[in-house]
Amino acid sequence: MAQMVQGETGDWEIVIGMEIHAQISVESKLFSGASTTFGAAPNTQVSLVDAAMPGMLPVLNEKCVEQAVRTGLGLGSKINTYSVFARKNYFYPDLPQGYQISQFEDPIVGKGEIEIDLPDGSVKNIGITRLHLEQDAGKSVHDQHPKKTYVDLNRSGCALMEIVSEPDISSPEEATAYLSKIRMILRYLETCDGNMDEGSMRADVNISVRKLGGELGTRAEIKNVNSLKAVQQCIEFEARRQVDLIEDGQAVVQETRLWDPVKLETRSMRSKEEAHDYRYFPDPDLLPLTFEQSWVDEIKQTLPELPDQKKHRFMNDFSLSRYDAGVLIAERSRADYYEDVAQGRDAKLAANWVINELLGILRKNDKTLEESPISAEQLGELIALISDDTISGKIAKDVFAEMFTSGKNAATIVDEKGLKQVTDTSAIEAIVDEVLAENPDNVEAYKGGKDKLFGFFVGQVMKKSQGKANPGAVNKLLKEKLSS
Amino acid sequence: MSKLTDLTIASALTGLENKDFTAVELAQAHIDAMAEQSNLNAFITETPDIALKQAEASDKRRASGDAGALDGIPLAIKDLFCTNGVQTTAGSHILEGFIPQYESTVTQKLFDDGAVMLGKTNLDEFAMGSSNTTSYYGNVINPWKRDGDDTDLTPGGSSGGSAAAVAAKICMGATGTDTGGSIRQPASFCGITGIKPTYGRCSRWGTVAFASSLDQAGTFARTVEDNALLLRSMSGHDPKDSTSANKDVPDFLAALTGDIKGKVIGIPKEYRVDGMPEEISALWQRGIKWLESAGATTIEVSLPHTHYALATYYVIAPAEASSNLARYDGVRFGHRAKEDDLTDMYEITRAEGFGDEVKRRIMIGTYALSSGYYDAYYIKAQKVRRLISQDFLSAFEKCDALLTPTAPSAAFAIGENEDDPIKMYLNDVFTVPASLAGLPGISIPAGVDSQGLPLGLQVIGRPWDEETVLKVAGVVENLAQFTYVPQTVKKAAA
Repeated sequence: MAQMVQGETGDWEIVIGMEIHAQISVESKLFSGASTTFGAAPNTQVSLVDAAMPGMLPVLNEKCVEQAVRTGLGLGSKINTYSVFARKNYFYPDLPQGYQISQFEDPIVGKGEIEIDLPDGSVKNIGITRLHLEQDAGKSVHDQHPKKTYVDLNRSGCALMEIVSEPDISSPEEATAYLSKIRMILRYLETCDGNMDEGSMRADVNISVRKLGGELGTRAEIKNVNSLKAVQQCIEFEARRQVDLIEDGQAVVQETRLWDPVKLETRSMRSKEEAHDYRYFPDPDLLPLTFEQSWVDEIKQTLPELPDQKKHRFMNDFSLSRYDAGVLIAERSRADYYEDVAQGRDAKLAANWVINELLGILRKNDKTLEESPISAEQLGELIALISDDTISGKIAKDVFAEMFTSGKNAATIVDEKGLKQVTDTSAIEAIVDEVLAENPDNVEAYKGGKDKLFGFFVGQVMKKSQGKANPGAVNKLLKEKLSS
Repeated sequence: MSKLTDLTIASALTGLENKDFTAVELAQAHIDAMAEQSNLNAFITETPDIALKQAEASDKRRASGDAGALDGIPLAIKDLFCTNGVQTTAGSHILEGFIPQYESTVTQKLFDDGAVMLGKTNLDEFAMGSSNTTSYYGNVINPWKRDGDDTDLTPGGSSGGSAAAVAAKICMGATGTDTGGSIRQPASFCGITGIKPTYGRCSRWGTVAFASSLDQAGTFARTVEDNALLLRSMSGHDPKDSTSANKDVPDFLAALTGDIKGKVIGIPKEYRVDGMPEEISALWQRGIKWLESAGATTIEVSLPHTHYALATYYVIAPAEASSNLARYDGVRFGHRAKEDDLTDMYEITRAEGFGDEVKRRIMIGTYALSSGYYDAYYIKAQKVRRLISQDFLSAFEKCDALLTPTAPSAAFAIGENEDDPIKMYLNDVFTVPASLAGLPGISIPAGVDSQGLPLGLQVIGRPWDEETVLKVAGVVENLAQFTYVPQTVKKAAA
């Protein structure tokens, strides 16, 4: 679903590649034993290694390697059993070593591919170039003092996975779909919590524009893109900026630009000429990282069912639409909830209830699924009551609302309020007769050809039965009586 | 009884055990020697109070039968090893006043075995130098003089303070680090024995880094046996250093059997460099004869890439150093220029904090790693390094150890070679190749030149075969009967 940018000279295609930095879910840092808990007091989670004291040496945290391998497997990528840590050299106060330990020429994960679902129901494959392990920097705090900058090293040395995509993305929608999908996969794998507002997932977006099918344009790298909304907005802004520049006869400069989420614009950070020469070289403090393929195979055995696999299973086994399946698998907990509801019940009905009623009411009440007062088992019982005609779908909605506020089981509410559907034909027949007797004029009119009055009769019967009459039975009886 | 400062470590341990003297007496004798010879400038920080306290504790341990392998032995520590609560400068202004809150693995192991610390010895700034003249804290003076000539000579470098202190009998042994010859060359210049073990034998944790893939801790002492004692305590796997080897430490002392019958000693022909003084060639020949007389066979071997070793070293070591020294930025510790602008602060801090030789190497290294030059310099150097290692491994298929001179000259005068970095770098021509290959090497004093200055021979061994290196060195030591004493020591004794 490529989205064109309309310029004065015609349509322009956007070419986007993304670099996602995902903080690994792990208790200690990539090369030190310091804790990684978010939100601790400044500089309380800093080891001598993280502060780069003289003579300190990095020791690789094996758990981080395992998480990277898991992620690589989850992204359908090649796992490299030989990889090399390299130093990326630059000066900044929140980078204590004066270099970041990263991977350059030999990353731990190579090429792969993931599937993204687009709003129009179509599917697109996006190539993964690589995933590598690297250290995070600390944080510079500029707003605490008029002249000074404070440095918090809690984040210094935390383990990141940088996931680099091929430039296969061609619209803001695809970009957000890609980012959401990566986040979803990482959350399924439990290798990153994906919390963008805590900074545990951040994106750099590489954008260029070109005439349809033309040569690739010069790209700009946009940094500080820290929400799905920002991804969308920054691409829209930057693509338009580049098209306007080119059509104005100017050239796009290869540079790093910063997204300003307040002014909603990108601005130049540094041009290619000012770009750092990072002087990458293999870190002599660390041996090349090697492991056995059998270890990779063992990890593979422990992978959960991944979002796309789950989606296809829901579509095949439960006959759900791609859209419904997509909504249900968006979060692992949601998919698990749905499966519990659908267990032994009408799976499509269950999907409708989870998607339309449950997610709707949770959203309205600003609650997460984990906070839902209605358990999957309870919702399943409600659906069973609908399926076996104990209550109608309409009554079920009232019962559902009651369940949400009281937390009571559906059957209890139905019993207490006497909401059980009347399926006893003689009881319904009595009401039907009553209604027809009370409305002789309308009966006359109906018989004279006013078909639309049928609904009126149904409504009257339902009203008299307080909604409990089985609608099928009502219809059937009315039809019989009115045609006689 | 001879002076306590004349004792070897081995004999001092016996004396302590026999209650001939106490560790406090031993420490005090060396503290006095340190004071008497303070003109040598061997120490950046003297720690007599710590030494006496440690010696007292040592005497208590010995009294209760808990003495360690080095209990009560006064040592000097190169000021590149971080010592908890004691200033550690790396010979640089940028670390002046830096007091680590942690203890390097090597010094911790020595202290765990009961060693006593007299102080932190002077060195070339960040261990970059071969003459100890690049130290911010002034040069060290070699206790040796040329016969009838009072000119101050360099002790060699970078571990010049440690070597001078051992030679001057201020301490019984000392730690050093060797990146391209920084233990072996000063040992040779100061007429003592110094060993650099295999890369990975001693932990680098807590040692200020110069070039990570080359830096290796080692020891100085006045005998091969004493070196073996010190090295045994310092060695061993350290999970905090990913490049430290998970290998058992052999009993180095047990290797000193003196029996080298049947051993094959290689004589690398490429080490016969142009312009090598005749005296050094003659000494080398004498060494060959000694080993043959002890029952070894000597053969000529070839290390064809030797010629490229210095150039290779002076790409790789500065490249790593340029990155390793980036942490000295004035932000967290050490010297900081009072500048408001960040870039100014960085530039002026480092301009003021580093000396010329360090700056020179940072620039060389930065250049070698720069995009566009990386392949031509760094990658090329790594390839040549591999070839140099391969040379040694091929040679070791035919022989058990190599015998070479340690340095191409005896100690030179302070100030000599200062205007010509290349000439200075040539000092390491015989030590750098083994460093690049990570091999163990030892320098043993084997004679004096016509001016009475000591000259060393070097034994290089297979990776992890310090035992053969020590064994062969022990034979050289025995047959060389090196009994010369530096003039300053003679004067002090008189």
